Amino acid sequence: MAILIDETTRIIVQGFTGKIGSFHAQDMINYGSNVVGGITPGKGGQTHLGLPVFNTVKEAVQQVGAEASIIFVPPAFAADSIMEAADAGIKYCVAITDGIPTQDMMTVKNFLRRLPIEQRMILTGPNCAGTISPGRAMLGIMPGHIYMKGNVGIVGRSGTLGYEAADQMKRLGIGISTSVGIGGDPINGSSHRDILEKFEADPETKVILMIGEIGGPQEVEAGMFAKAHMTKPVVAYIAGLTAPEGRRMGHAGAIISSAGESAAEKVAILKDLGVTICSTPAAMGETVAAVLAGM
Amino acid sequence: MDIHEYQAKEILSGYGVKIAEGGMAYSPEEAVQRARDIGGHIWAVKAQVHSGARGKAGGIKICKTHDEVEAAAEALLGKRLVTHQTGPAGKVCGRLYIEAGTDIAKELYFCFLVDRSSERIVMVGSAQGGMEIEELAENNPEAITKIYIEPAVGLRDFQAREMAFALGLDPELLSHAVKTIKGCYRALRDLDASMLEINPLVITRSNELVALDAKMGFDDNALFRQQKISELRDKTQEDPREMAAADRGLSYVGLDGDIGCMINGAGLAMATMDMIKLAGGEPANFLDVGGGASAERTEKAFRLVLADKNVKAMLVNIFAGINRCDWIAEGVVEAVRKIDMKIPLIVRLSGTNVEEGRRIITESGLPIITAETLAEAAEKAVQARNEAVAKEAAQGA
Repeated sequence: MAILIDETTRIIVQGFTGKIGSFHAQDMINYGSNVVGGITPGKGGQTHLGLPVFNTVKEAVQQVGAEASIIFVPPAFAADSIMEAADAGIKYCVAITDGIPTQDMMTVKNFLRRLPIEQRMILTGPNCAGTISPGRAMLGIMPGHIYMKGNVGIVGRSGTLGYEAADQMKRLGIGISTSVGIGGDPINGSSHRDILEKFEADPETKVILMIGEIGGPQEVEAGMFAKAHMTKPVVAYIAGLTAPEGRRMGHAGAIISSAGESAAEKVAILKDLGVTICSTPAAMGETVAAVLAGM
Repeated sequence: MDIHEYQAKEILSGYGVKIAEGGMAYSPEEAVQRARDIGGHIWAVKAQVHSGARGKAGGIKICKTHDEVEAAAEALLGKRLVTHQTGPAGKVCGRLYIEAGTDIAKELYFCFLVDRSSERIVMVGSAQGGMEIEELAENNPEAITKIYIEPAVGLRDFQAREMAFALGLDPELLSHAVKTIKGCYRALRDLDASMLEINPLVITRSNELVALDAKMGFDDNALFRQQKISELRDKTQEDPREMAAADRGLSYVGLDGDIGCMINGAGLAMATMDMIKLAGGEPANFLDVGGGASAERTEKAFRLVLADKNVKAMLVNIFAGINRCDWIAEGVVEAVRKIDMKIPLIVRLSGTNVEEGRRIITESGLPIITAETLAEAAEKAVQARNEAVAKEAAQGA
């Protein structure tokens, strides 16, 4: 199983023939992802990396049965590309692009909500490293080799901190079912809560590590969901203990702007909700190991 | 990006929001001249700094004579205004806004924000103005009205009316209130603002609705399509190091500690800073060098971190994904040689080509301290910092 993607998922790349799109498409193919083509408007009919190029996502869905897409389109045009994917019937989309305007993302979310939830395209990102189901498929820009296949689900905002977690686990012999990057923007496709729900339903995932950070309500909402609806243990680390109020810490979403958004406050609330907290970012692997050992 | 009160008022005025008559002054003489131009018997001399709560910090002075205007201007210009929003360093006041006094009957609170839970713009208002909204939310949450706006439909008249009635406005003011509220919303949408706050929005004794203060913040991600807003940037209100970093495509936030940091990825950067704190140290900065850390970028990042004279030790933590550890290592070695670094440097590399990266660091012969794990890196950085401080103290004594 795993969630969102596996080796059978038919993947297309939006922004396929660009430098970044090409590089990562090749990397995904090398990992074993089932990439079936790509989109570059105006270059339809050509072949790139040995795969067909299409003008529109609709053509890719019709001709090669595209199910999932990954977006490497520049920020000014990325929201449009996400909506094109949704309109064409893509089921799962990862938006890698960093720097999409917030109002564009509000429009995207509104557009996605026009369909009932079971028909709605799932979006993760933007401004994320993507999703990987180790040993099966990679739909992202992460170094695939650091992930070991296993039973722990990871959901996190940050790319490199997610790599750090995967690396700590690998050193302890712990593998991952799927790792999902939800991105560092204030408005994103899927929340921590949305991904927890998917892991809860996945028979292969036993424990979930949630890597959160300062700013926004999503970690606490996820904790409330876990308490009310989950049977599987959730482990969490919240980054940004030293972050001052009102300052953007890199990610557009990582800014403490109201009560309950600091790392200390989030940790206190999550603890109350029964989430196991990693005392330090260096203890993500061992905390997951301890929870697994106690099962 | 934030802008000044006078800039926000100019924008809003263009969207049909009523403001008091006013003008800019950069010297006490100009301030008096503006007061003369405006006329009347009472003026507000307002420090233009990027912060709310200026009144409480002494940044707004009500004057009844031209002499008082001059004295107020003299006192404010060039002064560092410290509010609870600026942090202890405060912000320098280089511009004044001189405004006609307003005969206030009632103060209201009004703002638009991006609400992250509903993923919509929310309009917030309260008939109890003149207070910080955080304070009001804590003490009297029932006094706050929130109205959520559907992005595709926009703010409707009925919603503006609901807000006007929630603010307790006289029916006579209704059509003007609807125009004001909708004008603010249009400004927010047209210009990619992420917040717009009018605190206070006042009802005057002559029964007019006037924006007495105005604050706007803009979405940095949207500045590429808001050329006119970008031009309003006042660099004196921003940390010069952060500006320099942004110009080089680096994300930097200066802090009060003394362990300099260079990390790739915002989350890992925050986590590394947490680790430093848990190991007993204090980070001097947040610095995300991003994915493509070339040798040139690495050198720029080093210079930026070391420009902070408080820095006693520096920690580099790179988890190479797209990047390669050997490239990073080469960049670090080159930067250390070029800059002639005097303080201890701790490097932790992980990810793609890590063995090769470590070999380059070791074989460089430079006194670089290496670490394998995040915990080890933070501990070694704190230890090196403590030794450096002890050495300094010994030399001083």
